[in-house]
Amino acid sequence: MEFNPILIVPELYQLMLILALFCQSLGAGPDKQGGGETPPAERWLPYFAGFGIFVNIVSWGAEGLIFGGAYKLDALSQFFKLAIAAGFYVTVLNAARQPSLEERKRPDYFMFLAISAWGLMLLSSAVELITIYIALEISSYSLYAVIPLRNAGGQGHKGAAEAGIKYILFGAVATAIALYGFSYILASQHTSYIDQLAKANWTWAGQPMAVVGLSLFMGGMFFKLALFPFHFWCPDVYQGASNETAGFVATLPKLGATVVLIRLAVLLKPGLEMTMLLAVLGALSMTFGNLCALAQKDVKRLLGFSSVAHAGYIMVGLVSGTAMGLAAAAFYSLAYVAMNLLCFWVVSRVASDGRNLQLDDLNGLYKRSPALAFALAVGAFALVGLPPTMGFMGKLFLIAPAWEHYWWLVVIMVVNSAIAIFYYLSLVRHAYTHEAGESAPAPDNSPFSLCGAGILAAVVLFFGMAPAGLFDYAILAGKQLLP
Amino acid sequence: MDFGYPVLTSLIVFPLLAAAGLFLIKSPQVARAYTMGASILELILGLPLLFFKFNSDFQFVEKARWVPQWGLEYHLAVDGISYLMVMLTLAILPLCVMCSWTYISKRVKEFHFCLLFMTSACVGVFVAMDLVLFYVFWEAMLIPMYLLIAVWGGDQRRYASLKFFLFTLAGSTLLLAAIVAFRITGGTFSIPELMQMNFSFRFQYWAFLAMALAFAIKVPMFPFHTWLPAAHVQAPSAGSVILAAVLLKMGTYGFLRFCLPLTPDASVYFAPLMIAVSIASILYGGAIALGQEDIKKLVAYSSVGHMGFVTLGIFLFNLRGIEGALFQMLNHGVITGALFMMIGAVYERSHSRAISDNMGLGKYLPAFMGFWGLFALASFGFPGTNGFVGEMLVFTGAFQKSYVIGALIVPGALLGAAYMFRVSLKMAWGQPCTAKTWRDLNTREWTYLLIPAVFVFYIGLAPKLFFNIIDPSVEKLVNDLKTRTSTTQVVAAQPTPAVVAAVETPVEPVNN
Repeated sequence: MEFNPILIVPELYQLMLILALFCQSLGAGPDKQGGGETPPAERWLPYFAGFGIFVNIVSWGAEGLIFGGAYKLDALSQFFKLAIAAGFYVTVLNAARQPSLEERKRPDYFMFLAISAWGLMLLSSAVELITIYIALEISSYSLYAVIPLRNAGGQGHKGAAEAGIKYILFGAVATAIALYGFSYILASQHTSYIDQLAKANWTWAGQPMAVVGLSLFMGGMFFKLALFPFHFWCPDVYQGASNETAGFVATLPKLGATVVLIRLAVLLKPGLEMTMLLAVLGALSMTFGNLCALAQKDVKRLLGFSSVAHAGYIMVGLVSGTAMGLAAAAFYSLAYVAMNLLCFWVVSRVASDGRNLQLDDLNGLYKRSPALAFALAVGAFALVGLPPTMGFMGKLFLIAPAWEHYWWLVVIMVVNSAIAIFYYLSLVRHAYTHEAGESAPAPDNSPFSLCGAGILAAVVLFFGMAPAGLFDYAILAGKQLLP
Repeated sequence: MDFGYPVLTSLIVFPLLAAAGLFLIKSPQVARAYTMGASILELILGLPLLFFKFNSDFQFVEKARWVPQWGLEYHLAVDGISYLMVMLTLAILPLCVMCSWTYISKRVKEFHFCLLFMTSACVGVFVAMDLVLFYVFWEAMLIPMYLLIAVWGGDQRRYASLKFFLFTLAGSTLLLAAIVAFRITGGTFSIPELMQMNFSFRFQYWAFLAMALAFAIKVPMFPFHTWLPAAHVQAPSAGSVILAAVLLKMGTYGFLRFCLPLTPDASVYFAPLMIAVSIASILYGGAIALGQEDIKKLVAYSSVGHMGFVTLGIFLFNLRGIEGALFQMLNHGVITGALFMMIGAVYERSHSRAISDNMGLGKYLPAFMGFWGLFALASFGFPGTNGFVGEMLVFTGAFQKSYVIGALIVPGALLGAAYMFRVSLKMAWGQPCTAKTWRDLNTREWTYLLIPAVFVFYIGLAPKLFFNIIDPSVEKLVNDLKTRTSTTQVVAAQPTPAVVAAVETPVEPVNN
């Protein structure tokens, strides 16, 4: 098909944002002479990021296969691009008032965030393994730079530097493994296009090398998704990075990883050894994540282990081998992002001085900021999977298609939700039943903070009660892959 | 019949709207009056339910598409089994508002928000005809109840609320798995449609276990009861009232609505176990209640015993047993609800729930003691009160089934009389300590105690109306159960395995 720039307007728009931010980062900051004339990045960027959502909606119907068949625009990619754009908008808003980021570093900071989001957008359209790999690297590399950007009283934050190094090391190993796996796939199946790979033989008996290769390649995605046993970076990075950065790292990259896994899931017919591997990893991930989270005192660390568990839940949809299962995984990853954005929004607003929030810092939040406390409760109950929230609907959609082949996985999943209640509930318990101590940070009660929390909570509740419309699009995307 | 508005939906939505409206109110006193008004309006909205027809059909049906991709429906209806529970839920709300009028002094607005939210979810549980919709309400109800205990409870409120939440949610997660299994096997989430289907015994076996665990924890039945005393003792009085009157009934309602019609063979298979556990609940609950020093704990353990009668009645599988179970559900709601309100009232005077701190009230608080005596008598089934009707029916059913079962529960009824007399005697004629200065009941307290008292006598003396309501549905339930289990048992008795397979999975012979 001939290349038509109209098809990739969202990506071009994002690239334009990146260039603008790059130019601004070259210029003088507001602390130097002449720098005060240009509006700081956090002033103008939210508007443009918001417009990005609109751009994505406009290019919703784009369809095509371009760049030599390596880049595919379809319902799935547009669904995820819109989600990434929306998530980017929220994270930019969230980070706009970041207390632990120096003014002159902000253009660079936002530029890296934008590049990472751009990489994820590319990832959701990539249908060729090398393209996937490059897009993955684009999104990862910028995050390596963003994570250590945390100011603690005029100097670098030690934990943040540690987190940055951990993330790079783990990321490098994971991508090396992925690349190594890719070489096996290419050697045994002689192609790197997913649609051709789908026709190949993926049984252990027939192509053991390809099975090993694909399993290793998926390791790269598992790293992004923080699936057991590639999760070790997750709690440390969340804890080390600033609240706002963690809010980004915890949400958008998962979307990118999920979309690739959904595309690869076409290869994973139920009954294959690889599918079993995924199911077992999913089961381990949710159990391990939930058990570890029980003991956490740091809110971000707790959310980190919770995202390990949620990565496991997403696997339940991927292994089912039906269009409904893939749609459910897409829906759930969206729900996961919405719920986590909500939680991180509250965390960032409550820790208005940029500190790492402990559970005890949430004490008495109902009194200090009733709206934020309510939003946190909605987020926590959604993560448990209680109705009437998006988390419940997502879980229901996940387990229904998986029941046929992997009923044991479903049972493990529901038992896990029972384990998970304790620590999610402790968020609510601290916010509602404990009285505030003396060192509690003063939460941000500005209309900006409350509106953001309210809108995110409304989204989580609304799609919990009326998920049909959104789910339709997810099914459209799923059916396209597995008719 | 058309009333110009969707009755059941309005009963669910109105409390939510009213709860949202609470946030516009500043003064606690206005919030109380507002909620009182809302609860009465809710009762008025429920008036069309009085046109309930005495048959076994699902009535007041409302249906709308919800998530068509999964066949989820917004499907509401009531029948004889759920009707009384809906009415009980509606009636309890104004009583709860009245009994916490002075009891709750902090965060009044949020408290009434929880009450209204709770009512909405409870009505939803009883009228939902779609499995997922049911589950949504079933879980949604946990949140306000958790907050009611955790925020307005006693000293150990955090422990109690967490225990309540963990027990009930842990139980109901497997219920969700069972619901999905029903969808995959039966092809629908609709309860009335699933009632018509026959599932293989193996499937029923596991589905029954998954559901029964959730319901048994909610009831609560003997080994799973430990959350109940903790929750009851720590909850504020309105919380205890809702917990006793409505929440516990959801478990037994679940048995009647899901286990018996959906998994009849497994229900019959597990009936001996369930009966044994019920008897254990009756005897154990009664025996433990006998030794309590805390009035609220005593009534909480008596709940375990009374709910044992309900589950026993259900698993007798005869008309009298299930009738008795339904009566006992209603009665326990009225009586125990009233007892908890009274404990709340006396706690406001003595600031203690210990029996020893509340003795000798007969002389100084005659009206209070009069009501207490009435509800205590009703609680152990004194003739002429409603407790008698329910217990009598269960006894009849039990003796119909087997003399052994009947004989085993007689001590349970005796225990009921023993612990109730013990606490009532002490409260009425014990050595008073500070009771001399207390005021007797005021008008508000008279009002909220008089209403259940009327029902104690009305159901006790003229239960005909209630029989009319529940009988058609119960008869249908029992007959369905008999016909469905007898056909499968006849077939299963035949030695050729091919025939069994053919009945269990009708598709197979076609493929062969």
